[in-house]
Amino acid sequence: MNGLINRAIQCFLRDGWGMAAWLDAARAAGVAPRGFEPMLDYPPEVTARLLQAASDRLDRSADDLLEDLGTYLVSHPSRAAVRRLLRFGGTDFREFLQSLEDLPARARLALPDLALPAMRLEPVGGDEFRLTIAPGFAGAGAVALGLLRAMADDYGALAVLEAGTEASDGAAEGAAVLTIRLLDADHAEGRAFTLGAV
Amino acid sequence: MEARFELGAEALARLMPMHLALDGAGRILSAGGTLARLIGGMDGAAFGDLFDLRHGAPVGSVSALLRVGGGKVQLEVRGRPDLAFRGLAVPMGPGEGALVNLSFGIGVVEAVRRFALTEADFAPTDLTVELLYLYEAKTAVLEELRALNVRLQGDKVVAEEQAVTDALTGLRNRRGLDLAVEAVTEPDFALVHLDLDRFKAVNDGLGHAAGDHVLLVVARILSEESRRGDTVARIGGDEFVLLMPGMDRAEPALARIARIIDRLSEPIPYGDAVCRIGASAGLILSAQVPGADVAQMLAHADAALYAAKRAGRGRVLLWRPDMAGE
Repeated sequence: MNGLINRAIQCFLRDGWGMAAWLDAARAAGVAPRGFEPMLDYPPEVTARLLQAASDRLDRSADDLLEDLGTYLVSHPSRAAVRRLLRFGGTDFREFLQSLEDLPARARLALPDLALPAMRLEPVGGDEFRLTIAPGFAGAGAVALGLLRAMADDYGALAVLEAGTEASDGAAEGAAVLTIRLLDADHAEGRAFTLGAV
Repeated sequence: MEARFELGAEALARLMPMHLALDGAGRILSAGGTLARLIGGMDGAAFGDLFDLRHGAPVGSVSALLRVGGGKVQLEVRGRPDLAFRGLAVPMGPGEGALVNLSFGIGVVEAVRRFALTEADFAPTDLTVELLYLYEAKTAVLEELRALNVRLQGDKVVAEEQAVTDALTGLRNRRGLDLAVEAVTEPDFALVHLDLDRFKAVNDGLGHAAGDHVLLVVARILSEESRRGDTVARIGGDEFVLLMPGMDRAEPALARIARIIDRLSEPIPYGDAVCRIGASAGLILSAQVPGADVAQMLAHADAALYAAKRAGRGRVLLWRPDMAGE
């Protein structure tokens, strides 16, 4: 089900940088201009090639791009469905963080073929958490960083998120670690979410 | 003696936001907050005045309610057929009262939307929010699949069209001709095999671009001269086949083809140059060879074409059995 992920990158490039940026990256990556079908599978190396091509074309590091992709998935109007499905995770940002461990199972309920990395959330003191993302999904840490920052905004919470160092935290090799400090859960109004909007 | 527990009304409301506690006379002692928001004026009202069993039967006494299907009840609010619930009624003491816990059942998706229900309207143990999540996720997936199907269908139409079309001229190709022949429903039809004369000289003398130009002009003339229901196909470099359904006599077919050959023999300008070609053709009518298949008919048309070439080109000949061996 990596078509969904490839398609998200395609839309992110198109919506964020314009059709020309997408077409250039697609050409450089050997992808047809029409791009990806979200419900189909593609060879796994295509995703890496596309990201590299986009990174070259836009002169931004892959991690920067992926972080923006995470933000885009939550905050762009064309991705409203993703944002809504994430908001089902909890009524406030803290509850949402705690629901992250269920995210792979939730994703599988929606799409049995959609594999997301396992995640573990550990409290480090009262309002500080450490999120460990299992290895095997290159770039997942950067995407999660942008996505969680955007979700904090969505809930109206004030939180500081940082990419942690991996090995020193005792995580498995290749795992991504994020630290999340929740400064104020009710900092701002947040965006409205009603259960029965569809 | 069965163990008994004491539970405050507030705890009951948190545990079951859609409950009703009834006394022995069927009066409502307390109602969960979600239910109270949907149905006003319940405190102290008689249960039987507000609710009916579904399918119209009035609720009798509390003891009757407890007996219906072992306490499993389907209820609707009187005068509000849009507000339907399923629930379970169990005895509740002291006295002969009952506790009825309700749920929307399958109508919950609609109810959440209509009454703007929120997470707070459901107990944390209730899976309604998960159900809504799943409903929304599956709806999104279904939308994607539907869009995919529309795109694939569009691709399929284009691919099918391309598969039967000659890329240069836009006429049918060999496969398109075969399909057109299969689709002919009339018993009588004519098949014409037409070959350009002196086309090689154009290609050799003026180049392939000139040759392509000539082929496009030929295709245009053939299309202009064809009638509704006819099929014009390019089946080789400068070979064309015309399928004319409804043709049962040779004379009108021969006249039409002669006219086509006349037009094809007119000079075709190409830049500063002029291309001079012509055409020869062989005709066969289905009526001449009852029961023959398309391959046989094409072979006969080809034999007639060959005879036309040998007879000096620039003409059309009707197939005759004595041409078969040539």
